[in-house]
Amino acid sequence: MSPPPKSGTDSPSIPFLKMEGISKQFALVKANDCANLDVNRGEIHALVGENGAGKSTLMRILYGLYRADSGRMYLDGDPVELRSPADAISLGIGMVHQHFMLVPPLSVTENVVLGSEPLRAGVVLDLKGAAERVKELSETFALAVDPDARVEELSVGAQQRVEIVKILFRGARLLILDEPTAVLTPQETESLFVILRRLKEQGKTIIFITHKLSEVMEISDSVTVMRHGKVVGDLKTAETNTEELATLMVGRKVLLEVEKGAPARGETVLELKDVHALGASKVPTLRGISLRVCSGEILGVAGVQGNGQTELVEVITGLRKPSSGSLRLLERDITGLSPREMLKLGVAHIPEDRLKRGLVPAFTVSENLILGSHFRPPFAGRLWLRREDIFENARSVLRRFDVRPQAPALPARSLSGGNQQKLIVGRELSRDPKLLVASQPTRGVDIGAIEFIHRNLIAQRDRGCAVLLVSADLSEILSLSDRIAVIYEGRIVGTVDSTQADEKKLGMMMMTGVLAKEDGNGAGES
Amino acid sequence: MSSASEQSRRFQAARKLAGVIGVPAVAIAAAFAAGAVFILAIGESPVSVYGRLFSGTFGNFYGLGQVLFKATPLIFTGLSVALAFKAGLFNIGAEGQLYIGTFAVAWVGFTLSGLPGVLLVPLCVLAGAAGGALWGAVPGYLKSRFGAHEVINTIMLNFVAIALTGYFVTHVYFVPETVHTQRIAAQAQIPRLEQFWPVFKGSPVNVSLFLALGIAVAVYFFLWRTRFGFELRALGLNPAAAEYGGISVGAGTVLAMTLSGALAGLVGVDFVMGYKYYYEGGFSSGLGFMGIAVALLGRNHPLGVVLAAFLFGALSYGGLVINAVVPKELVEILQGIVILVVIAGTNVFGQLAASFKRGRPG
Ligand SMILES: Nc1ncnc2c1ncn2[C@@H]1O[C@H](COP(=O)(O)OP(=O)(O)OP(=O)(O)O)[C@@H](O)[C@H]1O
Ligand SMILES: [Mg+2]
Repeated sequence: MSPPPKSGTDSPSIPFLKMEGISKQFALVKANDCANLDVNRGEIHALVGENGAGKSTLMRILYGLYRADSGRMYLDGDPVELRSPADAISLGIGMVHQHFMLVPPLSVTENVVLGSEPLRAGVVLDLKGAAERVKELSETFALAVDPDARVEELSVGAQQRVEIVKILFRGARLLILDEPTAVLTPQETESLFVILRRLKEQGKTIIFITHKLSEVMEISDSVTVMRHGKVVGDLKTAETNTEELATLMVGRKVLLEVEKGAPARGETVLELKDVHALGASKVPTLRGISLRVCSGEILGVAGVQGNGQTELVEVITGLRKPSSGSLRLLERDITGLSPREMLKLGVAHIPEDRLKRGLVPAFTVSENLILGSHFRPPFAGRLWLRREDIFENARSVLRRFDVRPQAPALPARSLSGGNQQKLIVGRELSRDPKLLVASQPTRGVDIGAIEFIHRNLIAQRDRGCAVLLVSADLSEILSLSDRIAVIYEGRIVGTVDSTQADEKKLGMMMMTGVLAKEDGNGAGES
Repeated sequence: MSSASEQSRRFQAARKLAGVIGVPAVAIAAAFAAGAVFILAIGESPVSVYGRLFSGTFGNFYGLGQVLFKATPLIFTGLSVALAFKAGLFNIGAEGQLYIGTFAVAWVGFTLSGLPGVLLVPLCVLAGAAGGALWGAVPGYLKSRFGAHEVINTIMLNFVAIALTGYFVTHVYFVPETVHTQRIAAQAQIPRLEQFWPVFKGSPVNVSLFLALGIAVAVYFFLWRTRFGFELRALGLNPAAAEYGGISVGAGTVLAMTLSGALAGLVGVDFVMGYKYYYEGGFSSGLGFMGIAVALLGRNHPLGVVLAAFLFGALSYGGLVINAVVPKELVEILQGIVILVVIAGTNVFGQLAASFKRGRPG
C-alpha cells in the first residue's frame, strides 16, 4: 500500500476517523488484512461481516487493546498512535464490549468512575459530584439509569446503558458498540436505538457492530462490510438493501427465509404438568407451566424476556429443581433429575448464555466439545479419557459446523463470539438428542450461520427429535416453529399453530397474557 | 500453508512455555537481587555468600541429599494445594491434614507391628493418605452441603488437628520424657537412599522421594487424562458450565478436597517411615503452608510443583549452610520475596505478558 496523501489539503470533508491498511495476524489467522475504514463525524456507522471476519479485532485496535501489525489511523486528519485504551479514552474514543466489564456489587456511579475517579481537592473521591454528572448524562441522552442502583440488580439492557454512561463520562466523542443488540430483547433494542439517535443529534459519532441487517437498515447512515479480515464494501445505507449486504458478507446469496415441510408429529416426548419453580431471587417464577412437545415438531416458546423462559429451560434440563408439578420424558418421570441424568436420557441444551454456561473458555475446543459427554463412551471409559476419539470428534464437528479456525487445540476463548456459538450448537446437535432445548440458538451468529443453524434445527425435527425453541426473536420463532406457546408471568397462556400466528397476534398475547379467542386450541395444556 | 501454520503453532507453544517459566524465573531472580542488597548491607559479599549457598546445596552429594530430603514433604503438600486449586478450592488445611495423616502412619506402624513388611508398609502408606483424606473431606463436605467456605473451615481444622495429635502424643501414645510416640515396627521402615548410594551418606533422604515423584506423575495423569480430572478442572474454571455439563459441583468439591487431603497426609510416609520412625509433636512447623507457596510458584502444575519444591528445599537447607557467614534469616527473606513476587507476578507479570502479546503478531 502506498502512503496516503496527507489529507486535509485536498479534500474539503476529511473523515472524522480514518483507518488505513490495518493488518493483524494471530497465531492461526489473519484477523485483519489491510482493512480500511472511514467514518464521518456525527454518523452512525454500521460494521457487518461473518463470524470471525475481524470486526471485533479492528475495533479493539481502534480502542488500543491490540496493536496492529501495520497500518495507520487518523482522527480529524491527524495521525494517532494508540498504545492502550487510556490513549484511546484521552482522544475521546470509548468502547462497549461484546461482554460487559462491570463490577456487579458496585453502584452505577461507582462503576462509572472506576478507573477515572474524580477527586475533590485532589484527595477525596467526589462520588456525589459524579452521581450528579451521571444523572445529567442520563437525562441528556435518555439513558434512564439510576446513579445509586446496584449493577447486579439491573437488567442486561440497563447494564448496557451503564456502559454507555461510563464512556460518555470520560468524554467520548466516538462510541464503539460491539454487538450491543445481541443480548437485548426487541423492546430493549428499540430503546437503545432511541438513545443512539439522541447521541447522534448531540454530535457523537457511533460505530455499531451487528449481525441483524434489519437493524443496519433502520439505524445506520453508512455500512462497512468485512470478510476474511478485509473490507469488501463501503456503502451508504440509503443506497443498499439487505440482500446486497448479505451477499457481500457471505459471498453468495443467503436464504433469509427457511424452507421447511410439514411436521411429522409423533409420540409425546416431553410433558410438563403444572410445574412451579422459584427464580434466581427466590421468588416464584414458574407458576403452573403445562406443555407438551412431540417428536418431530418444533415448539416455539414466545414471550417477553423475564417471564420464566430461563427457569423453564433450567427446570427441563435439570439445572433447577421444580418446587411442585411433574415432568415426563418419553413416559418416564423425570421430575427433579440431575443434569447428568438428563444428558444420559438424551436431552441436549443450547444455553442462552454461552460464556456463562455453555463453555469453559480456558478449555480447548476439543475439551469443550465433550463437555456433557465426557463421562461416557466414546470419549471416556470408566476412568481414562480417550484422546484419539476426542480429537477425531473435534475435527469432525468443527468441519461439519464450519467453526473457524478449525483448530481443536485452541482455547475456546480465542474464538470469535459467533464461532463460540457454533461450537456449542455443533456439540449439542451431534449428540443426536431425543429432546433438544434450544435457547437463543442464533445469538451473535452471522446470517450465513443463522441459515445453517436453522436448517439443522429443522433437520433434527425431521429426524424425529422433539425441539423446544426459546427465542427473544419473534421472527425466528415464527419461521421455525410448528406450534407456538406464549409464556406470560410463568404460565403458558396459549398455544397456537404457527400457520395461524403472526407477529401482531403473538405480540398482543405476550404483552397482555390474553389469548386472542378465535385461534387458540386451548390455553395452558395443549 | 501447512508449514506456516506448523511454524506458528510451534511459535505459540514456545511463547506459552516462556509465559509459564517467565514469572517464576523473574521471581527467583528478583529475590536473589533483593537478597544481594541485604548481604551488602551487612557487609558481606553476595558473590561469596551465593557461591557458598550453591556449592553447599548442589555442589556435593550430601548437600544434594539434604535438599532432596527437604523437598520431599513439600512435593506432597504442594501437590495437595495445587490439586485443590485446579478445582477452584483454596486448601489452607494441608497443615492439619498432614498432622492427622502422619499420626495415622505412626499409629498403624506401631499398633499392627505383628504384620509382615509387605502388608505393613502399604497399610502405613494408606493410613497416611486416609487420615489426610478424612481431614480434607470434612471441609469439602461442609462446603458442598452448607456452602461453608473452605478457607475458614480448613484453618479451623488445622487447629483441631494440631491439638488432637498433640493430645495423643502427650497423653496417650508417648514415650515418657519425650514428645514422640514409640517407634514403628522395623519392617515398616523404608530404606534411605544412602543404603543404595553411599554418596548420600548422612542424609535422611529416603525412598519416599520416589513415591512423591510417582505421585506427581499420577496427579498429572489424573488431572489431564481421566474423566474425573476433566471434571475437577472444569469446576475450577467455570462452575456454571461444569454444572451444565452434568458435573456435580458438590461431589466434585468433596472429591477434590478428599484427594487434596490424601496427598498432604502422605507427608507421614517421609517423616515417620523414612526419617524418624516415630511420630513427634509439632514436627511440621508449616510444611502445609509452604505447600501453598510451592503450588503458586509451580503454577499448580505437577511438574512445576516438583521444581518449586526442589527450590524451596534448596533454600531451606541452604539457610543452614550459610548460617556461619550471614544469619539464616536471610534465606527466609529470600523465600518470602520469592513468594511475594510470585503472588504479585501472577497478576502483574501476567498482565504485562498479555499486553506484550497484544502488541505482537501472534
Ligand atoms: N486473542 C486471539 N487469539 C487468537 N485468535 C484470535 C484472537 N482474537 C481473535 N482471534 C481470531 O481472529 C479472527 C477474527 O476475530 P474477531 O473476534 O475479530 O471476529 P468478529 O468479526 O468480531 O466475529 P464475531 O461476529 O463472531 O464476533 C477469528 O478467527 C478469531 O478466532
Ligand atoms: Mg466479535
